[in-house]
Amino acid sequence: MAISEPVARPVAADRTGVKNPYSVLPNWLYPAFVVVALSLFGAYALWVVFFQPLGYVMPYLSPFDSPPITLGRIPPAIWVAWAPLVFRLSCYYYRKAYFRSFFGHPRSCAVPEPKRRYRGETAFPWVFNNFHRFAFYATVVQVGFLWFDAVIAFDFGGRFGVGFGSVLMLANVLLLSGYTFGCHAFRHLAGGDLDCFSCSLAARARHRLWRGVTILNIKHDRWAWASLFTVAATDIYIRLLLAGVLHDPRWVS
Amino acid sequence: MADSDLDLRIWRGDAKGGELVSYRVPVTEGMVVLDAVLWAQANMASDMAVRWNCKAAKCGSCSAEIQGFPRLMCKTPIADYGDHVTVRPMRAFPLIKDLVTDVSWNYEVNKQIPPFTPSEKDMNTSEPWRMQQKDVDRVMEFRKCIECFLCQDVCHVLRNHDGKSNFYGPRFMVRIAALEMHPKDSLDRRPLLKGNAGLGYCNVTKCCTEVCPEHIKITDNAIIPLKERMDDAYFDPVRALIRRIGGGRKPKAV
Repeated sequence: MAISEPVARPVAADRTGVKNPYSVLPNWLYPAFVVVALSLFGAYALWVVFFQPLGYVMPYLSPFDSPPITLGRIPPAIWVAWAPLVFRLSCYYYRKAYFRSFFGHPRSCAVPEPKRRYRGETAFPWVFNNFHRFAFYATVVQVGFLWFDAVIAFDFGGRFGVGFGSVLMLANVLLLSGYTFGCHAFRHLAGGDLDCFSCSLAARARHRLWRGVTILNIKHDRWAWASLFTVAATDIYIRLLLAGVLHDPRWVS
Repeated sequence: MADSDLDLRIWRGDAKGGELVSYRVPVTEGMVVLDAVLWAQANMASDMAVRWNCKAAKCGSCSAEIQGFPRLMCKTPIADYGDHVTVRPMRAFPLIKDLVTDVSWNYEVNKQIPPFTPSEKDMNTSEPWRMQQKDVDRVMEFRKCIECFLCQDVCHVLRNHDGKSNFYGPRFMVRIAALEMHPKDSLDRRPLLKGNAGLGYCNVTKCCTEVCPEHIKITDNAIIPLKERMDDAYFDPVRALIRRIGGGRKPKAV
């Protein structure tokens, strides 16, 4: 083997930064995307929840308002939107997203981070993330209502039909179901808490369920983003119909 | 035959201080960072300290930070980086010399975890234990760990917040998960998880999973399931009520 002339010399500290070999993207891109996407969605959600009337155009109902509860002058979405909001806020995937992006704990792997005191999820407010399973229970109820709405969205005054809104609502509830039932808390409840999967008939059944949830759970982040997008898209579409800006293309039998 | 030269920058020094030193190393096809470091050691710096053993990504000895990112030197092709590479020791552990760090803290932590403990019945039986494949599959993933401590190095609780007194780190969450999910283990380590192991310090940002050379899904398959088990005992009022009706008590964190 040809050997080059041995050279050893001190050099200044390398300032090229951390190179993550498993990603071709710059390490600021993911946190920047999360900050922009979650901020936009958060602002839109607040606007809808507090300042918008019921998002209903026959036969479509906005996911923000399902089930539609109207009590006095309180905006209907207030009764509903807290459940998916808390579910996403305490979701194991979104924790990664916002801890990295909004708090820099850490912004990216192996990079320096703010030196302020860190207590993780042992102190207020993040200790409440440990109650994620209760947000899951509430969201399951809401997903049930959304399935009902998606079926109703194909009913045009007693006749079966397919509109763009029907398809959008069906896609939305499918993606939301994939996200909700791929949840880590559900994976645990389905069978993750068992030590022995073969020890009883019930354990064997739960093992099958656990494996199914695991399949959904593997890409939990993608389900999370896709369903966030369709929730916003469905609501925007229905409100544009409500405002008369769009006309719903549909086929009715 | 050498294809080209590599500007290999290695951190040289000890706990008192040091500097990056550049070595010009001939690159050959298929070369990994450990080859380059060992070439520099053999030809230009015989006093350079570097820990390595199998050169097959199975012993977990040659952990270092390559271009700032924790990796095994023997599993990192030079071709990933172009014509210059910077190699530093792991940052989360005290430096001994050059690329060698003192990882003994990990072994001390390991001693604090109660070992595999079968039930009395299993202990005293003369029959061989029978376990179904489906029961051991989950645990087998954790047994792949080679103890390279890259996950410990990248964990921001240990690395940036000096949290060694608060949190055992991902490696030991994997070990506890392997014990907790073992079908023949009878101990409850949730009090340890809530207490000294400091599971609550993990904020599931998944860097440990990113760096694991054995591709163990540390966060999804070990840490999060353990968090859920801890929640069963300490954060679930429904289960607490059921436990109370059954005469049980919340386990005390240790």
